[in-house]
Amino acid sequence: MKRADFLKFSCRNVTGGKVAGEAVLTNEAINFYLVDPDSGKIIEEGHGLEGESISDKIIVFPSDKGSSVVQLDGLFLAAEKGNKPKAFVVKELSTVLVSNSIIMEIPLVCDVEGQFYEVIQKGDWVEIEADELLIKQKNK
Amino acid sequence: MHLNQDERDMLEGKHGIGVANAMKILVGIGEAFQAEKMSKVSRVHISLSNQEGDLWFVKKLVEGGAKCKVMSTVNPAFNKKYFEKICTFSPQELEVHKETQNAYKKIGIVPTFQCTPYFENNVPRFRETVAFAASGASCFVNSVYGARTNRESSQSALCAAITGVTPLYGFLLDEKRKGNVLIEVNAEIKNDFDFQLLGYAVPQKMGSGVPVFCGIEKEPSKEAFMNLSTELNVHGVIPMFHVLGMTPEAKTLDDCFHGEKPKKVIEIKNEDLDQVRKTLSAGKGEISFVILGCPHLTISQIKEVAQMVEGRKLKTELWIFTSYLNKELSERMGLAEVISKAGGRIVEDSCVDQPIWAHMEGKKGLTESPKCAYYVAKRKMKLIVRSLQECVQAAIEGEVR
Repeated sequence: MKRADFLKFSCRNVTGGKVAGEAVLTNEAINFYLVDPDSGKIIEEGHGLEGESISDKIIVFPSDKGSSVVQLDGLFLAAEKGNKPKAFVVKELSTVLVSNSIIMEIPLVCDVEGQFYEVIQKGDWVEIEADELLIKQKNK
Repeated sequence: MHLNQDERDMLEGKHGIGVANAMKILVGIGEAFQAEKMSKVSRVHISLSNQEGDLWFVKKLVEGGAKCKVMSTVNPAFNKKYFEKICTFSPQELEVHKETQNAYKKIGIVPTFQCTPYFENNVPRFRETVAFAASGASCFVNSVYGARTNRESSQSALCAAITGVTPLYGFLLDEKRKGNVLIEVNAEIKNDFDFQLLGYAVPQKMGSGVPVFCGIEKEPSKEAFMNLSTELNVHGVIPMFHVLGMTPEAKTLDDCFHGEKPKKVIEIKNEDLDQVRKTLSAGKGEISFVILGCPHLTISQIKEVAQMVEGRKLKTELWIFTSYLNKELSERMGLAEVISKAGGRIVEDSCVDQPIWAHMEGKKGLTESPKCAYYVAKRKMKLIVRSLQECVQAAIEGEVR
């Protein structure tokens, strides 16, 4: 891929690290306990991502939700089955999400430039390195 | 972030690899939230969960020689002695249970196994800096007592217990405790159950932030505050709230908003609570069980249940989850005998979200707790949420109207 095909955005890479993967998106907070470890699919009834897999994906979502311990278990079991997400791109940080991201070694990014949210689509290729986030759009 | 000599020593491994790991996580969190330095904590609550992720993490610290420096209470797993007689556990479940108990014992927690530490054993004072995990408990001590904690993860709280410090950010700072959303309650709030509904409705309408409730006329009971703190953190992330004229940092609206204007004003009407009721409470007919006590029932609630079931024979299973102290008190007060004669059970040291419901798979029942319904759904049971009184009535009648 030519780098010229990429759109570039500034961001804050909270836990450091370099990562690349396909994006999944939601406007709803995610509770990582309600993920089926065997498939990596979200199983929360009525959630916008219900039935979608987060395995190996860069998840673009506003924030996490849920109590203080169970989400680690959801991520841990998914990781055991090889279904850990690649990275978290969020609007708001929580202590729970930050500590889970450090403990499970899942890169966490926030404060992405506003325009990012206007162009990002499901299935786009995302690369994160230092404080920069790049998108290769799927349909362009 | 700035670390003092002692903190640097911990980070560099001078107190062992377990302590260094704990410090590394705290520094990572501190940097994420741009904390300038660490702050000492005087007490900790850890939301032990008896799950594989929980066990993996605590074992890693134990193997690294870590020990709790600060008094730390813990959430419940399940009472093995009690449930062994009723349930069949898989060898793996028993192994996780045994290892969890051993690991937490080794790391030096106080084995309270209770999710309402703020009522017993771990009660912070106004402005005390603490590290409380269990999202409902963090919210309760921040809001109702005016103690200072972030909405810790179980793991970050454990790291604070081991190092004696937590990064100074968020709800430890005056500025972040400021209310930013005004919640005008123009709905009838008649009882403790209405606070469950209110806690469920508010995050959906406001998103995140620090809500300031006004229009609550009757002084909420401690159970009402418990329900509100808990439910605000099931579908939302609300580490703190104010109730105008009632909570300690909310004498006036200026107090709540630190003299500023709210960013948002949201009205909660009867229709909003009815909407929640429709989502959670729909369903009629025969039921097989009633589960109460997420969070653990207080002794007053147990007394109320006992009064309702006295002299009756229950048609369904009735489970009451509570603390070891309340269990003991219920025996001293004769309530346990009344409930047991009716066919109900009171169990201590246990959480509803544990592998104890195999016999209920596929069955329908009631709970007073939206949090219980949300989490226990993963265990293939159908739960309808009604008030405590309606739940007990349904256990007597064998059906829900």
